[in-house]
Amino acid sequence: MASTTKARLDQAAEAGQTAAAADLSRNSSQVRQPRGSRYAPGLSNRLRNMLRAGIGWPSAALLIAACVLAPVAALGWFALQGDSSHWTHLLQFVLPTAMTNTVLLLLGVGVLVACLGVGSAWLVTAYDFPLRRTLSWALLLPLAVPTYIVAFAYLDILHPIGPVQGLIRDILGYDSPRQFRLPDLRSLPGAIFLLGFVLYPYVYLSTRIMFSTQAASLLEAARVLGESGRSVFFRVALPMARPAIAVGVSLALLETLNDIGASEFLGIQTLTVSVYTTWVTRNDLAGAAQIALAMLAIVAVLILAERHGRRKQRYAGNQRARAMCPERLSGLKALAACLLGCIPVAVGFLAPAAYLLNETLKRLHQVGVVSDQLLQSAWNTVSIAFCATLLTLACGLVVAWAVRCARQASSLAHRLAQAGARVATTGYALPGTVLAIGLLTPFIMFDHVLAAMLQLLGNADPGLILMGSGTALVLAYAIRFMAISIGSLEAGLARIPPSMEQAARLLGESPAGALRRVHLPLLRPALGAAALLVFVDAMKELSATLLLRPVNFDTLATWLYAEAARGTYEEGAVAALAIVLAGLIPVILLARTQFKMSR
Amino acid sequence: MSITNGPRFLARNLMLAGAVTLSAMASAAHAADVTLYTTREPGLIQPLLDQFNKDTGVKVNTVFVKDGLIERVRAEGEKSPADVLMTVDIGNLLDLVDAGVTQPVESATLREVIPANLRGADNQWFTLSLRDRVAYVAKDLDVDALTYEDFADPKWKGKVCIRSGQHPYNTALIAAMIAHDGAEATEEWLRKVKANLGRKAAGGDRDVARDILGGICDVGIANAYYVGRMKNAEPGTDARKWGDAIKVVRPTFANEKSRGTHVNISGAAVAKHAPNRDGAVQLLEYLVSDKAQSLYAMANYEYPVKAGVTLDPVVASFGKLIIDPLPLTEIAKHRKQASELVDKVGFNN
Repeated sequence: MASTTKARLDQAAEAGQTAAAADLSRNSSQVRQPRGSRYAPGLSNRLRNMLRAGIGWPSAALLIAACVLAPVAALGWFALQGDSSHWTHLLQFVLPTAMTNTVLLLLGVGVLVACLGVGSAWLVTAYDFPLRRTLSWALLLPLAVPTYIVAFAYLDILHPIGPVQGLIRDILGYDSPRQFRLPDLRSLPGAIFLLGFVLYPYVYLSTRIMFSTQAASLLEAARVLGESGRSVFFRVALPMARPAIAVGVSLALLETLNDIGASEFLGIQTLTVSVYTTWVTRNDLAGAAQIALAMLAIVAVLILAERHGRRKQRYAGNQRARAMCPERLSGLKALAACLLGCIPVAVGFLAPAAYLLNETLKRLHQVGVVSDQLLQSAWNTVSIAFCATLLTLACGLVVAWAVRCARQASSLAHRLAQAGARVATTGYALPGTVLAIGLLTPFIMFDHVLAAMLQLLGNADPGLILMGSGTALVLAYAIRFMAISIGSLEAGLARIPPSMEQAARLLGESPAGALRRVHLPLLRPALGAAALLVFVDAMKELSATLLLRPVNFDTLATWLYAEAARGTYEEGAVAALAIVLAGLIPVILLARTQFKMSR
Repeated sequence: MSITNGPRFLARNLMLAGAVTLSAMASAAHAADVTLYTTREPGLIQPLLDQFNKDTGVKVNTVFVKDGLIERVRAEGEKSPADVLMTVDIGNLLDLVDAGVTQPVESATLREVIPANLRGADNQWFTLSLRDRVAYVAKDLDVDALTYEDFADPKWKGKVCIRSGQHPYNTALIAAMIAHDGAEATEEWLRKVKANLGRKAAGGDRDVARDILGGICDVGIANAYYVGRMKNAEPGTDARKWGDAIKVVRPTFANEKSRGTHVNISGAAVAKHAPNRDGAVQLLEYLVSDKAQSLYAMANYEYPVKAGVTLDPVVASFGKLIIDPLPLTEIAKHRKQASELVDKVGFNN
């Protein structure tokens, strides 16, 4: 049954493609479902037709967007509680530096992740050399290392009394760090370096998928037409990969923007650190909320500008594209390619992981003592991350699909769905702690209402249900990481030509049916990628977890943080290693599922 | 519309049902238990809580909330499970009281043990331990006495290490200096200390010792109890090496009225809507008992609030602690100004 449907679909898709080939690039071919009730009169059918007209999905998307907006609304309410008296102080003494630092940090990290991510993706796609296969998944490994862990690991590794500088002194014949030492890592360049080397996998992942599934025929055409290798990359591959690069870079930049652990540790006064100082040190929540919202507005403008920049471009391609055939390198070139590919993995993953392993081995005797706590925290971490991943994925799918469907319906529906999708990604642009503060109020309000309802029905006072059970954490993670799933799924959908649902709809499927029977199977790689990215991020999440968790509830990250807060972060090496190891499994799975087609 | 809403409605009901089940699982917390919300690292207080459990049979449930303790308790309102709120820094304690999330406690034990200037006038908060902010000095340097004002001396150019100026430990110190020397002099002092910094004002207090060993700095300002921990660490560990690279000098304010060392506190309050108020008071009273205070001194290397408790030998070797007589509430008053001065001179940039 399924196979016949698939065969019919393929035929129809082919027909659709031929018919719509002329205007496919403008994407204006719309298949309008017959409106009215010619086939089946009655209320339910009218409703179904409304659904077919594409109102249901956008409204679901808007509902999700509203949930994501709840913390922003709470922050807005906080912001209104304060006055603007501190802005004179901020404008005069804080914002100029914080703004400069933030812009430089974002620029630096943006350039570094783009170069590392696109460069390494192109390297393993276009060339064949020793270790290429290993590298093609190993390049994702830095994803498993949270930025705050990288910061403290590198501070130790590169400290004047650490192994690297010790070795350099031995070679140069100095015997004390007082005679010779390298510049301190606690600086803006240091922060750019560290964040760049752990965040580039976001770009690598999205670009690599793009290169390996889409580029082949066009790239080969370019080669046949006599373009050099370099110009194939710059004139064909790079422009085609732009949406993928944009998705990857914006995830990395948002992560940079809302990072507090690494920036604070390295002493970089970013806007996020200012928000934090205003709130924590001066106990001025209103002021902090005002800065956070101003930042959010800037982020929104930047994201809209990027989308506006490529609004006229269409990227839909043929699903059955072959992977491109890599060029075989030999001799010195192969060695150079291999070394080049190893650098990001070594810096972003191997060095910090080796450091953590070493620190853990020094404390092996403790592992027995803490193993109960370790297991309990690991279980908490994995189960919460798992639930959050499912929820995030489901919401992301609804939103991404709503945008896709609405394109076929009215322009109003399309615009609404688009707005919903953009709004639904705001959680990722807020620093975790700020988001958590924004979520406290709606969650606890919900808890109070729910408790009152249950008590009305004659139950005992249930207490705070969301907050007391960890459900608040699942919802917070979903709201925070929705951007990742929406981004991945939108990119995945973009690679499915519109002719697919046109064909499905011609054959009588509803949007939901088309989604279930056509797009979901085709989306499997994108779903997998989104699931694993969200899962890894949820496992690393710290700041929202600290504020929203129930009593006696530790995740690996909070446990590690508790050690770090005592200043004894090396004592947390066991927990840090556990986070990295637990993150490795999804990352490797991710690599295996994503890159199967390009072997 | 209702078709779309149908499944969603169902989903929401399912979620609700799930939440109720979850809550049944989560509320395993027993009514006789005491629930503690703390901004203090659990590792530091867990030994005390374990001892409390052993001695009284009362279990303590904890949440380590780093930031946002006030916001969380306030939002939870009368349904809050919190009995005891624990935090460091006088400013944070007073913020709890100002936010209206604490309640007064009449306890003869607490009144007897804790000096009047170390608890709230209306018994809304109580000091549990003291922490002096001292100078870490490279071991070989011939420096035995310092004032806080000395850190501005140009002879330390490029040789001073300190954590972020916005950290409560530092804003409290700067606030004390404002109270003693005035805002202008303090601003000048901050500028000069900033010019003396050997590295960015970042990291933690232990990094000062590490950076002195690494040759980045010669002197720094940090809390004393970290030294107790480092110097008592197992020989051969990194922490021990850092601790062994420094000695402690207790600076005083140059001010005539002071001649004492800046001290901050860790403390606790009973939550306004504490479901187990008696248990909360019992825990507080336990924490100022000889046994608990001795744990504070011997395991955490903090200064006990109770007189006559034996100190750890390393801490005792720093000499007698002469506390700056400035009232804590006076320090808390200047905290915001201190934080703004840090911004103004670009101390952390």
